Amino acid sequence: MMNSDSSLSIKDSTYAVSTVVKSIMTDFRISRPNFFSTPKKGENYELRADLNSEYRDRRKDAIKKVIANMTVGKDVSGLFPDVLKNMQTDDLEQKKLVYLYLMNYAKTQPELVILAVNTFVKDTDDSNPLIRSLAIRTMGCIRVEKIIDYLCEPLRKCLRDENPYVRKTAAICVAKLYDLSPNLAIDNGFVSTLQDMVSDANPMVVANAVTALAEINETSSTKDIFIINAPTLTKLLVALNECTEWGRIAILAALAEYKPADSKEAEHIVERVVPQFQHVNGSVVLSAIKVIMIYMRSIKNDEAIRQLVRKMAPPLVTLLASAPEVQYVALRNINIILQKRPEILANEMRVFFCKYNDPPYVKLEKLEIMIKLANERNIDQLLSELKEYASEVDVDFVRKSVRAIGQCAIKISEASERCVNVLLDLINTKVNYVVQEAIVVIKDIFRKYPHKYEGIIPTLCQNLDALDEPEAKASLIWIIGEYAERIENADELILTFLDTFHDENFQVQLQLVTASVKLFLKKPQSAQNIVQRSLQIATSECDNPDIRDRAYIYWRLLSTDPQAAKAVVLSDKPPISVQSNAISSSLLEELISNISTLASVYHKPPETFLGRGRFGADAVQRRAIEEQEEASRESPIQAQTKTNIENLLDLDFSDTNTVNSTTSSLPSSSKSITQPTANVDDLLDLFNDNTITSTQSSSNIQNNSVSNDLVNLF
Amino acid sequence: MISAFFIYNQKGEVLISRLYRQDLKRSVADIFRIQVISNTDIRSPIVTLGSTSFFHVRHENLFIVAVTKCNANAALVFEFCYRLVNIGKAYFGKLDEEAVKNNFVLVYELLDAEFEMHLERTFCNAIKAKEVLDFGYPQNSETDTLKLYITTEGVKSERALKEDSSKITIQATGATSWRRPDIKYRKNEAFIDVIESINLLMSAKGTTLRADVSGQIMMRAYLSGTPECKFGLNDKLLLEKDTSHKGMARKSTAVEIDDCQFHQCVKLGKFDSDRTISFVPPDGEFELMRYRTTENVILPFRVHPVVNEIGKSRVEYRVTVKANFSPKLYANNVLIKIPTPLNTASINVRVASGKAKYVPAENAIVWKIPRFQGQYEVMLSGDAELSAMTVKKAWSRPPISMDFQVLMFTSSGLLVRFLKVFEKSNYTSVKWVRYVTCIKKYDQICGAMRSLLI
Repeated sequence: MMNSDSSLSIKDSTYAVSTVVKSIMTDFRISRPNFFSTPKKGENYELRADLNSEYRDRRKDAIKKVIANMTVGKDVSGLFPDVLKNMQTDDLEQKKLVYLYLMNYAKTQPELVILAVNTFVKDTDDSNPLIRSLAIRTMGCIRVEKIIDYLCEPLRKCLRDENPYVRKTAAICVAKLYDLSPNLAIDNGFVSTLQDMVSDANPMVVANAVTALAEINETSSTKDIFIINAPTLTKLLVALNECTEWGRIAILAALAEYKPADSKEAEHIVERVVPQFQHVNGSVVLSAIKVIMIYMRSIKNDEAIRQLVRKMAPPLVTLLASAPEVQYVALRNINIILQKRPEILANEMRVFFCKYNDPPYVKLEKLEIMIKLANERNIDQLLSELKEYASEVDVDFVRKSVRAIGQCAIKISEASERCVNVLLDLINTKVNYVVQEAIVVIKDIFRKYPHKYEGIIPTLCQNLDALDEPEAKASLIWIIGEYAERIENADELILTFLDTFHDENFQVQLQLVTASVKLFLKKPQSAQNIVQRSLQIATSECDNPDIRDRAYIYWRLLSTDPQAAKAVVLSDKPPISVQSNAISSSLLEELISNISTLASVYHKPPETFLGRGRFGADAVQRRAIEEQEEASRESPIQAQTKTNIENLLDLDFSDTNTVNSTTSSLPSSSKSITQPTANVDDLLDLFNDNTITSTQSSSNIQNNSVSNDLVNLF
Repeated sequence: MISAFFIYNQKGEVLISRLYRQDLKRSVADIFRIQVISNTDIRSPIVTLGSTSFFHVRHENLFIVAVTKCNANAALVFEFCYRLVNIGKAYFGKLDEEAVKNNFVLVYELLDAEFEMHLERTFCNAIKAKEVLDFGYPQNSETDTLKLYITTEGVKSERALKEDSSKITIQATGATSWRRPDIKYRKNEAFIDVIESINLLMSAKGTTLRADVSGQIMMRAYLSGTPECKFGLNDKLLLEKDTSHKGMARKSTAVEIDDCQFHQCVKLGKFDSDRTISFVPPDGEFELMRYRTTENVILPFRVHPVVNEIGKSRVEYRVTVKANFSPKLYANNVLIKIPTPLNTASINVRVASGKAKYVPAENAIVWKIPRFQGQYEVMLSGDAELSAMTVKKAWSRPPISMDFQVLMFTSSGLLVRFLKVFEKSNYTSVKWVRYVTCIKKYDQICGAMRSLLI
């Protein structure tokens, strides 16, 4: 049954698989028992018997079964000597399986690994280059001290092998050896051989040598292992056009590290890299873009830069046709590139329109980029698009779309009226979460354009009853306080909120106190009761120190000098400016050097999410605690995060239980998981206050109310 | 780079686990299961826990997961995961739990194998295969190369194998790793298929927000020896530049190509300098290039939907479709999917041609028209009865999607001007060109006509 099905599916598949392969595959399947079947009692015993069987097929099946057990996490290390016996074979597949087993369990049986050394050394002399490379590769993967001494001779031989395939495998093996024992690798001259291999005639060997050297360089303490000079540069540029896609990425990564001597050299290299934009593999394209973005720093010729920027746009757009995950990485990088070179995609807004079936994380990134690209010319198009998004069903996406409309209004003053109209249309849909989000962004619009859109306040107040989220409530209360003189029933509205003061979130409470003071200053006769009541509640019944202190300040101000209070509370506030999410220029440069990597996806410098093993984590933790103590003296809020940080750093995977208790942290932009993100943000703030500005809009939003009031004070 | 690689089934059971570096323990697999698979809130494809990052891609009922502990090249990791999926599909027809379980040894070999060459998009005849990752660095992934190497070795005689393997290693590292040197055909033929798919976004009022064409040029080369091919399109940039064609560079027929990508056999440097496409093709079928155009896109169909929600219990549909291409041509297998609300109870449809019926499983009216002549217009009218719901949740109004093929028609107007083959032995070859326009289903490269309903 299964056999006929699967052979059918092969036939059906769009890709022509040669008939030979097909028949082989089918045969292969018929003879294959189910290796994942439930284990019986004494299974290892049976396996041992089979491994020592006199029949080849039986032995091979037993090895497969052992590997299957290993995959599902069962301990089959007890069979080590029996599996090892099967290493000496002409069957390449069996050999590979045994090697796979060896790589996994060598550490548990360091004494017995020695038994395998003989076969390894013999295999590195085999006439078949595949076996030679397989042996040297596996030897490198077995990280047992005792085997290292036996590794050097075969490795030396393989590095000089006539077959490029063996050479390139050996090149990677040097990096493995260095990882285990740097001195051995240097003393035996392997590292310098590797440096020579960059000039190898075969581009694949060059690529792997570059990969290995870059890796060694990164872990070395001196960082002088891999230095590109003029001759190697030429070699790399030649190899770049000839090697495989993965090799190209390695070479491009190496080029990115190179500092060109002058503008001319930079232009020359860039010229050789630009053709890679046409590569079918998105990661090659992104790596090429990274190199060019970095080299643009040293190019002095404005015309050349303009040309490059023009050439860069089409491949970036094409990346949006790739798989969603690659798109996501591309979009995060486009976000960075746009901050550096805003002109690059100025006419390409349409390609960022969300498709119905885009995954949510792609949609949210596209929104961010659309806001970045918005200008007077395309704003109408964008607004109708955003309005449509706001009628979709994914709540998170709808909210972000509404927020985006507000950001457009703040960014483009000519279009603010149109934006406000769209928001009013959306409020009239009466969809609860749309209304709430719209009110929040309208508050920001009011802060940017004071006294311009007061006409819409009645519409906002009509939706008072629908509000149940603290942020929306706080925003509306802020608007009521700010425009109290224009709202006839402002005192009634505030009063209704005061009745439920105790049940409100603290940011709503803060706004209530401020709004009632503003109301009083604007309408002293009618609001005296209200202000007294709100200050009373806030000072005597509220446990939150911020609210209480604020209330006291207001109270003192009002009682000593009402005029001064007026000057302070009702003074003109400077309008807010764009823009959330701006990255500081030093961080921006660092991110550009990291295009296409994880750092560029997170928009955070790499050291914030990388630990250097357990020891590294300890060091970072110590430093964090020191800084913590310092910080806690200055800011009491940050001290709360202390426990979180410790949890995060304890994570070292030696024990799964600790991990369960640790909150997952996803410092990604999607912000779908706001809680852990906040932790990481705090973490960041602690580690380098100067490089990270508080960019996260999530934290901004929470701070909004606080900063509003701060503004109010001055 | 990549420290470990796992494949899970939907339940989170590990099907394949391969560690490349020692900085992780096998138990890291459990962490992904607990934190991502069983946590439905996570929407991002990248999750970092502590200093360990998990990249995952979902395919069929599998999670394909790469784990790193460094500042990895994220684009590379994802491209690699997809390449693995493609190799799996080429090997097993379909890459799902069943296929992985039945072929786990093969999957290990693939993974284990360094990704030596380029995981390739060509699925032509098998040549040989290499390994996928070494120390977590992608090595080779040309399916052809991978294939022969991995599937045949158990069968072939030892001597044949030895000869074969030395060939493999030479080919894997050689200048034209995608082609064996000793190919012979009695009849030298090359087929070129131009396949275009349209991405269309329309506003509620029927204006086109965005229409672009993404095209693929597939080639099937059955050519002997090591042929050098030159390939010419009516590329506007090239025609304007080329002095000999200046007279005939009729601007109306030239196509402006926004961007294109090539198979690795194409000499990119040459294309960059003078926009000529020259290459030594792999044997068999491969994707020669992909391109994108946005200028002067000719839409083969116009769809005018009118959808009214009448009260809470009824939705009325009137959808007209008109073919815009010449009456001499016709479209095959036209399939139009018109979404219906989730609480649809029954549906009544009338169509002038073809067959339409309600498919509850897809929440859509599926309208099939086997043959659709150019300039022809058809209409569907009908209404849906909705069952009462306690909670009135807005209907998201998904897009209408279309799926069809029009032979000998390209939306972009792209034409193949020539294909020249040069070989030492100077044989003559026969070349065939075929043009197909299709809208792929929107879950593919996306041909969704969004928001037609709104």
